[in-house]
Amino acid sequence: MGRKILNSIFFVLLLAFAAAFIFPVAVVLINSFKTKFSITESPFTLPLGSYFVGLANYTEGIRSTGFPSAFGWSLFITVFSIAAITVFTSMTAWYIVRVKTKFTSVLYYSLVFSMIVPFQMVMFTMSKIANVMHLDNPLGIILIYLGFGAGLSVFMYSGFIKTVPLGIEEAATIDGCTPLQTYWQVVFPILKPTAITVAILNTMWIWNDYLLPYLVIGSDYKTIPIAVQYLKGGYGSVDMGAMMAMLVLSIIPVVVFYLSSQKYIIKGVAAGAVKG
Amino acid sequence: MNRTVRRYFPIFVMPTLIAFLIAFAVPFVLGVLLSFTEFRTVSDATFVGFSNYIRAFKDDRLFLDALWFTVKFSVISVIGINVIAFILAMLFTRDIPGTNFFRTVFFMPNLIGGIVLGYIWQVIINGVLYKFGYSITSNPTYGFWGLVILMHWQMIGYMMIIYIAGIQNIPTDILEAARVDGANAFTTLFRITIPSVMPSITICLFLTITNSFKLFDQNLALTAGAPANRTQMLALDIYNTFYSRTGYEGVGQAKAVIFFIIVAVIALLQLNLTRRKEVES
Repeated sequence: MGRKILNSIFFVLLLAFAAAFIFPVAVVLINSFKTKFSITESPFTLPLGSYFVGLANYTEGIRSTGFPSAFGWSLFITVFSIAAITVFTSMTAWYIVRVKTKFTSVLYYSLVFSMIVPFQMVMFTMSKIANVMHLDNPLGIILIYLGFGAGLSVFMYSGFIKTVPLGIEEAATIDGCTPLQTYWQVVFPILKPTAITVAILNTMWIWNDYLLPYLVIGSDYKTIPIAVQYLKGGYGSVDMGAMMAMLVLSIIPVVVFYLSSQKYIIKGVAAGAVKG
Repeated sequence: MNRTVRRYFPIFVMPTLIAFLIAFAVPFVLGVLLSFTEFRTVSDATFVGFSNYIRAFKDDRLFLDALWFTVKFSVISVIGINVIAFILAMLFTRDIPGTNFFRTVFFMPNLIGGIVLGYIWQVIINGVLYKFGYSITSNPTYGFWGLVILMHWQMIGYMMIIYIAGIQNIPTDILEAARVDGANAFTTLFRITIPSVMPSITICLFLTITNSFKLFDQNLALTAGAPANRTQMLALDIYNTFYSRTGYEGVGQAKAVIFFIIVAVIALLQLNLTRRKEVES
């Protein structure tokens, strides 16, 4: 009986805590329908009466940031980077695990090492190299994301591949499969759960990444985080109304992604931690 | 089989290898080398020995201030986030109604990007301070606690998920045995639950420590270092040294190398320390 009462108390406490978690997003949503001045002066009031401006902040925000194109570039870069990472790093991980040479072990440890290096260490030289090699466009940046995503991804794939019994692959080879056929028809299907985890963990940082695309492709192809940051601009004051509307528009795709694949995201995060 | 696989090196390894060399390996080596030179554009680099490393500390106090700010921020965030996330995880392994809903809510902020998070919290904090005639940039203390709150809001859910997975992995017969032996809740927590979830604690500490130290986007959006660079963390200071001060590129690179060494040493130390405490299960 004591347990039941205790659980009800915990439930109420959690409800209050959850409300505190939702509060900031709710405030932004409410303010996105209010006049600029009321956002600064009384952000915690409802959009009623003279405060209410309808969708004006949204139209102004979309106009000044070019949000639809930012959304498009974010989607393009994320989708193709994730595809490249999922496919190429899994192949590399399999090769590293199955072919044991000095080279593959050096490569493996270099990749693992890259995971703890802060971005600031390489940001200047990397963006210069990207510039010189004409990778400073939405296609080139996919190659760069493949390089940055390789550490975590190869690490996670190879952790799993080590547990895959060799026998299945040998059987496929005896049946006349080339390594490429063996990999795609036999190994990769087994790797699918790990592939989903890798895809989700990479989506979570690439979609939101600000500094890398800002330094590499700058303002020519703004992604969502860059477009939001541009609203602040130089020394001028920020249009708070447009800012609120853009924050809401930036959160919507994330919420949709989360609610539609929550099961995989939670699993992916837990699985990623076990491997780490 | 090994030999036939090797012939496929260009297909299996080349794409990742080339990308890794361009994005990381070459820039890393070049970055270390450039930290010992003075340069504007890379090609004009001249060797200057350790002078950039000395200038990073001697020209001004920005780097040291940022380091101190980052350390304070990280200690508070790492402890706070892990304690709260662990408590939540413990609650969710009891059968409290609505567990799924709560988990969804607490994890959500983690998926929102740092820039967006920074501006969300700027509105909230400025809204509260406005009533007293202040804003987040009027005092570095506001920016500091703003960042701490923001970090908690973002990371608690993620760590909670990892702790929940860890707690659910504890074999029920151990907990059962403890109950039969008459162990109270505290003994069970400190003698069984915490030692059993040590692998989760290892990874959560690693993630919170490295993410706190490397924080950039949130810092840039929330305060951008204002007032007067007093809320500037290491990553932001390095960025500003590179891109807002001409003639300081070498110093920026030297700061970046120091930053990397600090993060690597702390991360490896922590992994070693907590791994040793993990029990074989």
